[in-house]
Amino acid sequence: MVLDDPSTRAPSAKNDAPWQHDKKKEDLQHIGKPIRKVDARGKVSGLTKYADDLVLPRMLHMKLLRSTVAHAEIVSIDTRKAAALDGVKGILTGKDMPITFGILPVSQDEHALCPDLVRFVGDPVVAIAATEEEIAWNACRLVDVQYREKQTIGGIHEAAATNEPRLHDYGVRGNIHRLENLEFGDMKDGFARAEHVREDTFFFEGNTHLPMEQHATLAHFDKDGKLTVWSSTQTPHYLHRALARVLHPLPAHHIRVIAVTNGGGFGGKSDPFNHEICAAKMSMLTGRPVKIALTREEVFFCHRGRHPVLMRSKMGVTKTGRITALDFESYLDGGAYGSYGTASTFYTGALQTVTYTVENYHFRGARFFTCKAPCGPKRGHGTVQPRFAIEVQLDKIACDLGLDPAQMRLDNLAPRDSLTANFLRIGSMGLGACIEKVVAGSNWKTRRGKREVTKDGRIRGLGLACSSYLSGAGLPIYWNGLPHSGVQLKLDRSGLVTAFCGSTDIGQGSDSVLGWIIGEVLGIDPLGIKVVTGDTDLTPVDLGSYSSRVTLMTGNAAMQAAERARELIAKGVADKLGVPANRLVFSNSRVFDAEDPKKGLTFQEAVIATEARFGTIGTVGSYTPPATAAKFRGGGVGPSPSYSYSATVVEVEVDPLTGVYRVPKIWMAHDIGRALNAAVAMGQIEGGVYMGLGEAMMEEQAYRDRVHKGNRIFVHRIPSMLEYKQPTGLEMPEIVTYVVEDPDKNGPFGAKEVGQGPLLPIMPAVANAVFDAVGVRVDENPVSFEKVFAAMAAKKEGKDARFGPSNGPDGVPDVDFGDSLKIKTPWQGGDGTAWNEPKREKKAAK
Amino acid sequence: MTAPPGPQKTLATFHVNGESHEVAFVPHKTLLEVLREEMNLTGTKHGCELGECGACTVQVDGTPVLSCLVLAVDVVGKQVRTVEGLAKGPELTELQHAFADMGAAQCGYCTPGILMTADALLAQNTKPTRDEIKECLAGNLCRCTGYIKIFEAVELAAARCRGEKAEPRKESIHGS
Repeated sequence: MVLDDPSTRAPSAKNDAPWQHDKKKEDLQHIGKPIRKVDARGKVSGLTKYADDLVLPRMLHMKLLRSTVAHAEIVSIDTRKAAALDGVKGILTGKDMPITFGILPVSQDEHALCPDLVRFVGDPVVAIAATEEEIAWNACRLVDVQYREKQTIGGIHEAAATNEPRLHDYGVRGNIHRLENLEFGDMKDGFARAEHVREDTFFFEGNTHLPMEQHATLAHFDKDGKLTVWSSTQTPHYLHRALARVLHPLPAHHIRVIAVTNGGGFGGKSDPFNHEICAAKMSMLTGRPVKIALTREEVFFCHRGRHPVLMRSKMGVTKTGRITALDFESYLDGGAYGSYGTASTFYTGALQTVTYTVENYHFRGARFFTCKAPCGPKRGHGTVQPRFAIEVQLDKIACDLGLDPAQMRLDNLAPRDSLTANFLRIGSMGLGACIEKVVAGSNWKTRRGKREVTKDGRIRGLGLACSSYLSGAGLPIYWNGLPHSGVQLKLDRSGLVTAFCGSTDIGQGSDSVLGWIIGEVLGIDPLGIKVVTGDTDLTPVDLGSYSSRVTLMTGNAAMQAAERARELIAKGVADKLGVPANRLVFSNSRVFDAEDPKKGLTFQEAVIATEARFGTIGTVGSYTPPATAAKFRGGGVGPSPSYSYSATVVEVEVDPLTGVYRVPKIWMAHDIGRALNAAVAMGQIEGGVYMGLGEAMMEEQAYRDRVHKGNRIFVHRIPSMLEYKQPTGLEMPEIVTYVVEDPDKNGPFGAKEVGQGPLLPIMPAVANAVFDAVGVRVDENPVSFEKVFAAMAAKKEGKDARFGPSNGPDGVPDVDFGDSLKIKTPWQGGDGTAWNEPKREKKAAK
Repeated sequence: MTAPPGPQKTLATFHVNGESHEVAFVPHKTLLEVLREEMNLTGTKHGCELGECGACTVQVDGTPVLSCLVLAVDVVGKQVRTVEGLAKGPELTELQHAFADMGAAQCGYCTPGILMTADALLAQNTKPTRDEIKECLAGNLCRCTGYIKIFEAVELAAARCRGEKAEPRKESIHGS
C-alpha cells in the first residue's frame, strides 16, 4: 500500500521532482561507485540465458524461406513437396497472417510473410517448422516460389526519379515515403547578416549494428490457450502490441512477451520482426513450442541499421563563426519498409541546434523506399549522419576564416537552460567543459596543423568534433497520455526488495541501474535487490531500450517507487521506535535515529515492523517526460528531458602515398550529468568510441548491383562477419576518457544519457584529422583508405582536394518539398506553433 | 515424402569439464552443436558458425579452438573445457572476478569465448603485455566494450594470479 493517494503526490517532471540532482557526490553511498552489475556473475560464468539457449519439451524448429529477388510479384507458392517431408509439422505463408504491422502507427506496412509482393532479397515468404532444424532447412528448399520480377529501385537518386512502379501504395508520391519541410526564423535575414557562407554536399553510407547474438525467438501457445514469446528484443512492449494486432482475435492479455537478456542490440532489436510473429503463429498452428534462431546472414536481412543519407548543408556565419542561418537538406535511403523511418527523417534535422546557437534554421528531409533491407534506428538514430556533415563543415569554415575550430565552437555554444530555434529545451550543458578537456589533453593548440612525420613516414593530424544526444525521446512511439516507464517494488519480510520493471537489459546495464538507485534511496546493498524486467505479464510497462531513455526514465520511476517505500517504512519505524519519521536515516541496511544512531532497526526488521503496521508492502513509481515546447507538426521528434554532450579529438597517422591511416589515440570527453556507476559509464563511452571508429574507418552495409544474364542482381555485398569489416582489438587506439558531470535537474541524481552520444563525434573528427594531416577532405563516411587516396590523387592532379558527392545541382535529387511550415524562433517571440500550419483534417474512421 | 536416409548416429564418450558424457549424435555435427544441443552446455555461444567471431571458443587439451569449426568426432578422447568448467563450484576464477569488477562483460555474449581464450593465455604466460593480450584476443569479436575493459580485466587477473594485490587503475574506472 501507499500512504496517500499517489495521484495527488506523484512528483511531476514539471516542478517538484525529487530526483536529487543536487546531492553532493560524497554524500552518496552507492551512486557513482564502481560496484558490479547485478548480472555480472551470470555473464562471467556462462549461466546467463539468451533466447537461443532456451529449450522446451516437444519444441519444433522453424526456418524462413526468403526472397531471392529484389522486387517481384509472387505468382505462386507450391509447398506440397515440403509438406510431405518426414518431420515437417507446420507451414505458413502470407495468407495465414493478412494483418500488417510495423513499429510506428503511421507505417504499418510489413507482413509477417509477404502475401503478394517481395521488396528486397531476404524478404520472408514461407515459414516451415519441423522436428529438427535440418529438416526445416531441407523443407524450405523443396518449396517452389514463382516470381514475376519488377523494376529494382536501388538508391536515393533512382527512387526519386522512379514514380512507377511504387514499392508501397502509401507515402507522399512515387517512392517518396516522407517529406518534411520546417523553417524556423527568417532565413533571408540570416543569410543577409552572414559574413561567410558555405555550401557542401555529404554522403553517409549505411551500416549495421552487428550484435554478437543473432536474433532468436521461442514461442509457446500453452495448455491454457495463452501465448508466451521469449525473444531477443529491446522493446517487449511494442512486440506485445504487434503480436496482438497480427494475431487478432487472440486478446492482448493472453499474450506474454518476455525479453530475454539481449546479446547486444544497438537499435537492431527494436522493431517487431517477421520471425517473432511467425514463431508465435506457428506455435498456435502446431500446438507445440516453436523456436527460430536466425543465421548471421538473416541478421543482415533484418538490418534496421543506419540509413544511407545524402546531405546538402548551406551555412552562413559571422566572422567569429556564429551561425546566423543553416539550410539543411537530407535524403534518406530507407530500404524496403517504413520501420522507424519517419522518426529517422525528422532526426536528421532535429539536433543540429543543441550544440551551437543556430539563429535561423531551415530543414528539409526526404525518405525514399528502395529494394534493400529496411533501415531503422542504430545508436545515435538519424542524428549521426547530419552530425558528420555539420562538424566537417564547421571545420572547413574555421579554416576559411582562419579560426581555431575548438575556439570557434567554444565561442558559439548553445546556452544552458535555453530554448533552441526549433524549440528544444536545453537544461544542463557541459559541452564547453568537454571541449576544454580534450583540447588540453591532446595538446591541441600546439600540435594541430604541425603535420609531424612519424618514423615510418606517416603524417600526423588531429581532428576535433562535438555532438549531443537525447536522454530519451520526449514522446512515445504511439500517441498516448500514459507514463513512459513504471516500476513496482515488493518488500518482503525476509528483507528482500524486488523491483519489477518493463525495461530490457541489452548489455548497457539497465537492470543494474534499478538496483543502484533503489539501493541508494533505501540504504541497502544494490546487489541484494532482485530485479525482474522485460516481462509483459509481470512488469509494468517501460517503452523499451531505445533512444537512451532507460537510465533517466526507469531511473526516475524507480526513484519515485523507492521514495514512497522509504516514506512508508519511515512511518512504520517511527511508530515502533517512537522517533519522528523525519529523523530516520536509511544507510548500511539499517534504519536509525540520526540523533542516536544506536537506536534503530536492521532494514529487515524495519520492513517487518512496517508490514505489521500497514499490511503487505508494495509501492509504485512512474515517469512521464516534461511537456514539449515544440507544438508544430513534426515537433514531436527531438525533444528530450535532457541532452548529453561530447567532444573528441582524434589523432591519425596517414601514409601520404597510399592513404592508409591508423588511429593511435583518441581523447573523449562526455557530459553525462552524473555517472551512476563510474566503471559502467566508462564502458559505455569506450564502446561508443569503438563503434564510431568502426563506422568512420570501415563499416558499410553495401550492395552489389550487377547484371547477370539480362537480370539485375541486387544483393547485399556478402552478409557475413568476415566481409562486414569491423575493428578488432588490434585496431583499438588508446582512449583517454574524461567523464564530465554537469547534473541535470530532470535526471535521477542528475544523470543523463551515456550510451549513444560518444559515437557521434568520432566520424567527423576522423575526417577532420585526415584533413589536418594531408590536406584533403573526405565528405563521405566511411572515411575509408581508398577515399583518402582518391582525394590525394585529385589534389595532385590540381583538382578539388576532396572525395565526396557532387557539390553541383546533380549532387542531390530534384525533389519538390512543397511549402515549408513556418515557425517563429523563441527570440522572434514564437510560441512553438507554426503560423501557417494547415488545419489538421480529422482522419476518417477506419 | 520420407526424408532421404541421413547418416546414422554414432555413440561416443566426451570428456568435458572433467566429466564423461556418452552422447549419440550425427557425425557431421560440430563440437559447438554437440555441446549446446546434446549436453545442454549453452554457455558456449554462436555468432556466425563460420569461424569469424570467436564466440564459440572452448579449450581442447588446453588450447583455444573455435568449436563451430571442429567436428565433435575429432575431440573424442581429448579434454574439452567450456566456460562452465572455469569456476570451481561456486568459486569464480581471478579472470572471471576481474571481468565482473571491470564491467568487461556488457551484453555478455562474447564473454565465454573471450574468457576461454584469455584463460589459456594466462596458463602459458603469467605476465602478458598489452600487445600480447591484444594479439591473443584478436580473433574474438566484441561489439559492446571497445575491448579496453577486456584488456584491462585480463591484466588485472594476471596480476592477481601472481599474488599481487592489484586494483583497477583510477583512470580506467573514473576517467582521466
